[in-house]
Formats: sequence, structure tokens, C-alpha cells
Amino acid sequence: MDYDPDNLFRDDEEDPEGEFFQERESSKEFVVYLIDARPEMLAQDAGKSESHFHAANRCITESLKTLIINRDYDEVAICFFNTKEKKNMQDLDSVYVFNVPEREELDRPTARLIKEFSHIEEKFLTKIGSRNGIIPMTRENSLYNAIWVSQGLLRRGSSKNVDKRILLFTNEDDPFRHVDGATKSDMIRTTLQRAKDVQDLSISIELFPMCRPGTEFNTYKFYAELLGLEGEELSEFLPLAAEKIEDMVDQLKKRIFKKRVIRRMAFLIHDDMWIELNSYALIRPTSPGVITWLDSVSNTQLKSERSFICADTGTLLQEPMERFHLHKNEIVRFSLEELSEVKRISSVPLFLLGFKPTDCLKDYHNLKPSTFLYPSDEEIDGSTCIFVALYRAMLKYQSSTHPQLVALVAQDDMIRNGVQLEPPGMHMIYLPYCNDIRSIEELQNHDSDTIPRATDDQIEKAMAVMKKLDLKEFSISQFANPALQRHYALLQVLALGDDVDELPEINDETLPDEEGMRRPGVVNALEGFKAAVYGENHDAEEAALEATKSGGEASKKRKAETAVKEAANYNWDDLAESGKLKDLTMPELKNYLAAHNLPVTGKKDALISRILTHLGK
Amino acid sequence: MLQEALVFLLDVSPSMHNLLPDVSKLCHMIIERKFFDNKSDEVAVVLFGTQDTNNELEKEVGGYEHVVVVRAIKVIADDIFEVLSDLPRGTTPGDFLDAIVVGMDLLIKKFGPTNKGKKRLCLVTNAQHPIKEPDEGTKDDQIDALCEQLKAHGMKLECIVARGKFTGVADKRIVNENDYLLSRFSGKGIARTVFVEDRASLLGAIQTRTVSPVTIFRGDLELSNVMKIKVWVYKKSVVERFPTLKKYSDKAPPNSKFSTHEVKVDFEYKSKDNPNNIVPPEQRIRGYRYGPQVVPISSAELEALKFKPEKGIKLLGFTNASNIRRHQYMRDTYVFIPEPGNRKAILAVSTMARAMKNANKVSILRCVWRQGQGNVVVGVLTPNLSSSDNIPDSFYFNILPFAEDVREFHFPSFNKLPLSRQPNEKQQGAADNLVKMLDLVPSGKGEALRPEVTPNPVLEVHDLFTLYYLR
Repeated sequence: MDYDPDNLFRDDEEDPEGEFFQERESSKEFVVYLIDARPEMLAQDAGKSESHFHAANRCITESLKTLIINRDYDEVAICFFNTKEKKNMQDLDSVYVFNVPEREELDRPTARLIKEFSHIEEKFLTKIGSRNGIIPMTRENSLYNAIWVSQGLLRRGSSKNVDKRILLFTNEDDPFRHVDGATKSDMIRTTLQRAKDVQDLSISIELFPMCRPGTEFNTYKFYAELLGLEGEELSEFLPLAAEKIEDMVDQLKKRIFKKRVIRRMAFLIHDDMWIELNSYALIRPTSPGVITWLDSVSNTQLKSERSFICADTGTLLQEPMERFHLHKNEIVRFSLEELSEVKRISSVPLFLLGFKPTDCLKDYHNLKPSTFLYPSDEEIDGSTCIFVALYRAMLKYQSSTHPQLVALVAQDDMIRNGVQLEPPGMHMIYLPYCNDIRSIEELQNHDSDTIPRATDDQIEKAMAVMKKLDLKEFSISQFANPALQRHYALLQVLALGDDVDELPEINDETLPDEEGMRRPGVVNALEGFKAAVYGENHDAEEAALEATKSGGEASKKRKAETAVKEAANYNWDDLAESGKLKDLTMPELKNYLAAHNLPVTGKKDALISRILTHLGK
Repeated sequence: MLQEALVFLLDVSPSMHNLLPDVSKLCHMIIERKFFDNKSDEVAVVLFGTQDTNNELEKEVGGYEHVVVVRAIKVIADDIFEVLSDLPRGTTPGDFLDAIVVGMDLLIKKFGPTNKGKKRLCLVTNAQHPIKEPDEGTKDDQIDALCEQLKAHGMKLECIVARGKFTGVADKRIVNENDYLLSRFSGKGIARTVFVEDRASLLGAIQTRTVSPVTIFRGDLELSNVMKIKVWVYKKSVVERFPTLKKYSDKAPPNSKFSTHEVKVDFEYKSKDNPNNIVPPEQRIRGYRYGPQVVPISSAELEALKFKPEKGIKLLGFTNASNIRRHQYMRDTYVFIPEPGNRKAILAVSTMARAMKNANKVSILRCVWRQGQGNVVVGVLTPNLSSSDNIPDSFYFNILPFAEDVREFHFPSFNKLPLSRQPNEKQQGAADNLVKMLDLVPSGKGEALRPEVTPNPVLEVHDLFTLYYLR
């Protein structure tokens, strides 16, 4: 997070993706996934295929994969409690720290960890076992133990540069309901004390409550106190009460990652009225990651060294601090300071210019992914209040604002089935300048009489197609990127040392539904549309057009014959031997290539080397 | 190589006087840009509404009074800045039709029918003075004849017409007639008319740099196996980059004219353990990070196993426009136009676009622009209905994020915030008023700060800076 106004609309000249991939290492996280393994967690309700344990497992597996894809340096540990077996440093009962070889208990996720963890359910009952750890007549307290073990796992790293979190997955809102009397109050007291100690060490505990339909996870029974929630925070804490397990998984996924602020910025609304905003990157392209070069002999990492050499004298230089522009043989020099001065138009990060109705924001007014803005009261008190007022006013008038040619579009809170689909706040959309917009539509010279427009009847036919091919529940995150999935599947196979033949075929979700397209209703609608706009005989006409083109085939043949004739005028072997090929013209060289059915594209050098290869030189 | 020949036709009649400093600045900007990108472009300057007359047509055939060619058509040089900085204040009402003819005459005499599509006339006027009746036929006939000529020689006409507060007291009837005449030019598809009402949009009214656009894709938009539409795809918005600068070497001999002052950047790869050991390129292998591991993959292996989709644009389906939100657009945008000259394609695109508009639907496409490309994009196609008779309907296309690109965070709802952090009625009223007060699209007037006409200040400053250094 930085306050640097120069960087806000940084020109990404030398670092094209700079803004998106700000170094993440500075805000590293250590996370312990603490999963309740009571029999109730593993139980599958009648008619419901997925247990809460499985749902938690799925969320965590997905978040681990996300960590890999985002190339985060976060470290994780996985810990079950209420288990039969125990495995932890403190040797406490009912707590099992899950790990795989070649990995510390708290470490970055590896391919093996993800693979084995995602299949853990098969072996869980036999290898680790499930039981209720808090039962009457014993003084055993599995929750207490679990928190203690988690604290032990998180002992490394200073709290200054590492965020430490314990994510607790459970479906029990009252863990001590089986015990009573003095034992109960005693156990509650010690557990709360333990949780408080943990929090005093700047480790946050987050609860991922799960519940069965019809029941409610009552945070007040126990956990509100454990989490130290009070007044305001408690009202912000939304219990996860979802009817469907899918919705619950969605909610869990949204909360697993800590919200990372990209930067904090000031927004000048008027004269000296500032508010403070945090910006978040909710949508950013994910790439297969940077290439790390390795020595193929030892498989060790290489480091690259950059050296600057003066092109005129060959002298080794320090990194040059000046840039130049060659203009009609005159050199115009810029110092780096001057450059940054040129690029800085205003020192105010966000400056309100005014408002416009949202329909002024055209579909092509877009250059890069938007940034999400949410108010912060940390430095400037009252920011939230002003922001909310502004936001509501903007929602009311459907307007967007225009600072430095970014548009802020107010987004209303959207909730469906208890899942927040869109968070409330403003989206900052980067607008193009006129220099960036091209008037392609006007490119072609058309006379107005040559441009047919659709008739109502034709539009009717197109509407029928649209009705048949309607994606009702379309949402943007429904497709996984097939290229990225394939890439990481391949890396996983290689990382595990498996044979690449075992590479699972990835399912390209972005392909159209061929089967659905063949349904008679769809085919009829499409045929109707086709006949309406192209006429009945379209295919025949196209075929006729194709036929005239194959007349072109004949001419191609003729050309090839001439090429053979022309090429025969030279002794190519001799020319090649004496290095005289370069004295020939491009058409002459192309004659040879055409005569031998070789590609005729490329620069002269390429053509010559192609001829030489063909001659076997 | 000649990129473009440009003729400025500038109205300097009395009603334009207060606007001339801005007109001069506009021309400056265009020339400055050309100075960097297209040094060999040729530019002429023609003024009309002047007291004097100086043009070849007048000498040859008579007429064409009060039109002065102040700079004949030739390669850009410093002299043009002097001409533009010192625009004379004219004394007569300007006749823009005369100026257009003189400008066309310059281009035809210099280039004949060559350099089609690279010849541009740029007219800046307030078009509020009457146009003379032609010697024979009507004004309409005259314009149609001019259009024929423009088309035959591949010339384009850009008209920038100052209106709104720029227009002083003007005869409504004349203004309307002139608007009609100008629209007759644009109706033929060779002219573009922009009406500007303030300084900023005047400066942004002309593309300062001409890019010849390249298609990203030409081929079928496949609704299904049986129904396909021939389209061409172009970029619609692309970030205009700051000009690339080279690194400067101060070690080169300072006064030698053979010094390039360029800097070569060399990369060497060394093993981490032994910094003296330089690893040759053929011994290097690509590694990708997978958690803490770095997984080596040879280029051959990667090539053989990577994702290889087939080229093509396929329709996945239609959905309600409200299912896609504006902030989900990922990148710069594309435009799909029907294959030029293909009536069927033009009609099919028009039909689909209009149907989508009617039903408020968008379509979801999967695109692979080139064969051999290692990834696909999924995006949203939105209709763009043409407002002009000579421009076919088209589509805009925006790339949408994949599941991996979305980070969903939960933010507390504003309604759930404690009252202390929520605005009270009075505060809310003030915010409502602010939004109304700072309306950039006041009713009855045009939209202010349209991106289409707002130039990038950084590029401008850069150009000025460089020129300052050159002087």
C-alpha cells in the first residue's frame, strides 16, 4: 500500500503489468486451516450428497490452488481437531496436523499437499478418525488444544510483516453443550483465555460457521466472545445461513482470502473536502506466471544480470539516467525527473470533475480492468459517511463521475440467496482519451443506398434464435480459463514427478454446447434466421462464389508454371556456391521458391536461407 | 514514405477571431504529433475569409476570392509553426465551399489520383456565413460533384464546426442551410462533421495521429455450424502509448556526428552458487513456479502439451444485458464490423444487433483470433446501432474475466453500518445536490468532457517539451 500519487495512473512503459502485480511478498500471510472433524461434520444428511467436512475440504483445496496460481508467498498449515489420532508438536489429544513429505507443517502449499488433501476423505476415517473431543466425565478440551496447536504452528515470523490468521471451520455453535456445571464454566473460561492470548499475539481467529438447513448457527452462544466481537463488528459479522450447500461454499470462498488493499488514495470532492478510499483489485487477469530460467544440467535457478553497454564505444555503463528521442538526427534528451514531471498533470490523486448519467459510459470506454473503491476512516475521519452519501446520491441519479478520465460507477449491494454477488462501493473504470479511440466504423466508404437494414420480420427471426439460445444464469466466473488450467495441470504432473501421459484432459468449458445446438428447436430457429437474412439459396450461392474462386486456382497453376520457366533461367547451384544469391531480386528468388512449392513469404535473408536449405547447402 | 497529405482549411472571417488562438493550437498539436510519427508528411495551409486573395484557381479561372494559400503543400518544416502562430485576422465572411475547392485543387495538382486514402482536408469554420450560389445548377449539385471528385481521388474531408457559445449573433436560416450542406458531404460517406462547443472538445476534435488500423480477425462469426456471419474485427480503443524513448549513453564521443548515443542492454545468466559461471542460452531451460517448487519444462514439451484451440469465433449464447456489469470489462475494446461490401453480412449483423437491442440482450462469444494462439477469450458482444445511413450496424466486444481472474471479497453493506457512519438526511441532501450541480450533461446542452474529444494531456505535454528543447 502506498500513498504515492505519481503512481496512481502510472504509465506502464517499462513494466507493462506493474500495477497488477505489485510485489505481494511485503504482505505475506500465515494461515492455519483449523477443521472440526466431529462425526456431525462428516455426516451426510439424507438427500444431500455433501457433508460439511467435504464442503470445507473443497473450499480449502480451491483456495490452495488459488494461492498457487496467484503465486502468493503465503504459508499454510492444515489442522484437524476432534480426531481419534493425534499428531502435533505439543502432543495434545484430538488434534491432527496434516502434512506431506518434503514440507514443513507451516509452509507454502505444494503439489503433493493439494493432491493428498483433496483426497483425504477416502482415508480419513481409517487413518485419522473422527470423534467428539468434548465429552462429559473427562476434562479433555479439543477446542482448547486446537487453538494451542495453531498458535504453535504460527510461532514463526514477526507480526510486523506477516499477517497470521486461524480459520476455524465448524458446524457446532455450542461446543460445550455436552458438559455442564463447574466443568463447563471452567472449560469455557480457559478456552476463552487461550483465544485471547492468541489474539494478543496479533493472530486473528476467523470463524467459518456452517449450519444445516432449518437450524441457525448462533454466534452469541459462544463464538462471539471467543472472537472478541463487540457491537459494531458483530453487526458486520454476517452469519452464514445458506439454504444450499453450494451457496455456503461460495460464501466461504469469498471470506477465505483477506481483502488486500492495493493502495489508499485521497479523493478531492470540493475545495478542501477530502475523503479517503481504499482500492481493491477485484478483477485482474491471471497469467501463467513469469519464467524462471534454470540450468538444464543441474536444474538450479539462474540469476540474470543486466549490463549496459555504450553502442558507440563498447564501454560498460552505469544504468543510464537519461532517455532520448531522435528527431531528424537531433537528439532530444530527457532526464528521468523531467519525464516524471511530464507525466504528472496533477498532484491530486482523485479529483471530482462532475457527474454524468451512466448511459454516457459507452461500451468501448474501457482500457483495462476496473478497480474497486471502498471508504476508509483510518486517516480521514468521516470518509465513510461522505462516501455513503455520495454513493446513494449517485445510485439515485444513475450517474458516474469523471476524475482524470476515470469513471466511478456506484455499485449497489446485490444479494441473492444470502450470497453477496456484488459488494457495495464504486468501481473505477479507466476511460480512454480521444487519442485512444479509433473510428473504425467509419473506415469503409459506403454509399447510403448500399447498406441494408434489418426489417421487423427479420428481427423477429433473430429474436426467436435468442430465445432458444438464452443463457439464463450466466455469470462471469462460470468459465475457468482452459489455457491456465492446462498449464497448471501440466505443472502439477511434472511437480509430482508423474508421467506426462497421465496428464488429465482438461475440460474446455468455453466451447459451445454442441449437443444443445443440435436440438431441433434450435436448428429450426437458426435456419429460419438464416433464410430470412441470407435468402433461401444462400448455400448454393456461396458454393457458386467458391467455384469462381477456384478459377483462381487455375491462375495459380499458371503462375507456378511461369515460375518454373523463369527459375530455369538460372543455375541455382552455381549462384549458391558463389554466394551470388543475394544479388538477385526478390521476385527472382520467389520464382525459385514457387517452382519448388516452398513458402514465398519473409525477408530476403529468409528466402535465401530457404533456397540454400532446399539445395542442401 | 508519405503517410498523409493534409490541407488545413481555416476560416479567419471576423466572427472567428476570438476562436483563432484555439484553432492555431489545434493545428499546432496535429503538426507536433506528425513531427514525431510521420516526419515526411506534407501539409498545406489555406485561409479563407481573408481580405486578400491568393490561389491558383483564382488566377486560372477567376472567382475564389478571399481564399489565400499561405503554405503550399510540402513536407513539414519549422516554417509551418510560424504560419500557424500568426494567423491573420480576416475581414470578409468566409465561404467554406470555395475553400474546399481550393484545397482539393492543391491535392489534385500535387498528387493526381495517387496516394488514395492518404489525402485529408481539414476544415475549421463556424459556418455561419452564406455560401455563394454557383454559376450553374444548385448548391446540392455542386456538392454532389465535389463528392464525386473527393471519392475518385481518395480524399477525406473533416469538418470541425464551432457552435454553441462560439457562435455569436448568427442568422439562423444561414446556419441551418450550411449545416444541411455539410451533412450532404457526410451523407456521401467521405466526410465527417464534428460540432464543437467548447475549447477542450475543439482540441480533441481531430485525430492528431492517424493510425491505419489492422484487422485482428477476418472470418466467420459462427452462431452454429449452419449459420455464420462474415465479420472483420478491429481494436476500437487502444492505449496510445507515450513515445518510446531510448536510453542515452553519455560515454559516446560528444561531438562526433557518427555517435548514436544508444545503449545496448545485455543479459547474462549466471548460476546462483557460482557467479563466475555464465550459462549459455542452449543450456537454459524454462522453469515455472508451482508453490515453492520451480518446475522445469523444455520448450518442446511445453509446445507439445500446451492448450491449442482452433481459430474461430463461436457463439455460446445470449443473456440479459443486466447479467454483465460494466466493471467486468477486462481490457481495451474491439469492434466487429460486417465484411465490407458483403450485403448479406451487413444485413445479418444489422438484424442480430437490432434484435439484441430490442430485447436488451447481449451475446457471449468465445474467440480465438489466430491459429496457433495458446489461449482463448470469452467476452460480451453488445450491439452498436449506426446513427448514420452510410455506416452499417456493428458490434462492440469486451473481454470478460475467467473464474481465476476474479477475487471475490465480502464488503459490509452500507445499510448495516452503524448510524454514526451513515449520513443523516441533511448530509444526504447535500450529496444529492452536489450530483445535480456538477452535472456534466446539463439538459439541452451537449455532454462535456466526452472521451471521444478529450485529448491526453500527457502526450501533449510531452510533445511541447520536446519541441521546446529543439528550439
